Amino acid sequence: MKQEKGMTLIVKRITKVTVSLIFLFGVYIVLHGHLTPGGGFAGGVIIALSFIHLVLAFGKEAALKRITDTVISVSESVGGLLFWGIALLGLVFAGTYFLNFLPKGEPFTLFSSGTIVLCNIAIFLKVGAGLFAIFLALALFRITDDKQEGRNGL
Amino acid sequence: MIIVLMIAGAIVAMELEDLLSSIIALGAVGIGLTLEFLLLRAPDLAITQLVVEILSLIILIRATVGAKVPQEKIKARVGYFAFAVLFVVVFLVFSYRALGALPEFGAPIMKIGAQYIRDALTRTGAANIVSAVILDFRAYDTLGEATVLFTSVIGVLAILRKAGRKQ
Amino acid sequence: MSLYALCSILFSIGLYCLLVKKNLVKKIIGLGIAEYAVNLFFILLGYRQNGEAPIVDTYAAAGQYFVDPLPQALILTSIVIGLGVTAVMVAISVRIYEKYRTFDINEIRRLKG
Repeated sequence: MKQEKGMTLIVKRITKVTVSLIFLFGVYIVLHGHLTPGGGFAGGVIIALSFIHLVLAFGKEAALKRITDTVISVSESVGGLLFWGIALLGLVFAGTYFLNFLPKGEPFTLFSSGTIVLCNIAIFLKVGAGLFAIFLALALFRITDDKQEGRNGL
Repeated sequence: MIIVLMIAGAIVAMELEDLLSSIIALGAVGIGLTLEFLLLRAPDLAITQLVVEILSLIILIRATVGAKVPQEKIKARVGYFAFAVLFVVVFLVFSYRALGALPEFGAPIMKIGAQYIRDALTRTGAANIVSAVILDFRAYDTLGEATVLFTSVIGVLAILRKAGRKQ
Repeated sequence: MSLYALCSILFSIGLYCLLVKKNLVKKIIGLGIAEYAVNLFFILLGYRQNGEAPIVDTYAAAGQYFVDPLPQALILTSIVIGLGVTAVMVAISVRIYEKYRTFDINEIRRLKG
């Protein structure tokens, strides 16, 4: 009896349409974090949910072909270091730790408000990659009755 | 009132025998909390609470896949049960006396909040005041939160590193 | 005042569930209910009668009547940290189930080691 990987055909067809829509919505919420409600945390969780949607519908291997292990851990570390680096640049350029030093343009446009947009992007990378790594570790952990090794950590 | 529906959902989540059904009742309590945040004029929090609720339901359901439910034997000692009820009653009495000292509902004091509202658009240039508070006026707290999330990711990956074998 | 009382009743339901139940997953559910009650209590503190959501609408609207934005910023942090704590608790309970084959804490205490 051949084991069908993932879910049924209807779910796979609909997933191909909705995954990109969820991803685009998450990026929109992150970039407009200083104008509408949302911000980096909600957008990062939505991006992680879009990848989880892909794993649940197609099985683990189809999603891991697109995003490998090193991409997840590197993007999480880059997000954390970028957030801390913005704080240090405030110290170097303008005298106080965490100062908002970039020029603030016209209000209510996309690139106003200084360093808030960059901080939102750093938080979104960190939260999205971290939560997706937690889900992969929980889903790949196998309760073994026979002699079979689980996943060896990321 | 939505809080009464949340209390009913919490009692249902506590008393059910089947683990999957009580996790779904916890999801109902979370969505009630999202509606309550929308009524209290906090849209940032409503979005974040909804997506975090969905993710924690997925993680909790993963814990109960293939688990058999033990029988809830109520033959615990009566002293244990009475101690828990006494603790909860003492907490309720003290909280009732402490809640009388708060300012009444709908008229907060707002000593620092008024200053943030006045200065947010001119000093930071952001239209969303909550984003300006967490990323410009109080950015240290956000750095601490990023550290806590990073620690929890490392903790989960360290616990689930290698699957054991049945003894 | 009665809204604060309902909030503390929700917290005590979660606390009772954490103390009395013998299943590990039920204890995690009880802790989640207590956490919802605490977040709700802080936002109830900052509500202003006939206030608006704290988002500035037009240019010269500096005198608008807003609710308090400071508790909302603090509870945003708390919601995301609650997710991290739940994830670590679920990871530990998956390990315990894999070793002892049960979630009942009386059985686990008897089969120690």
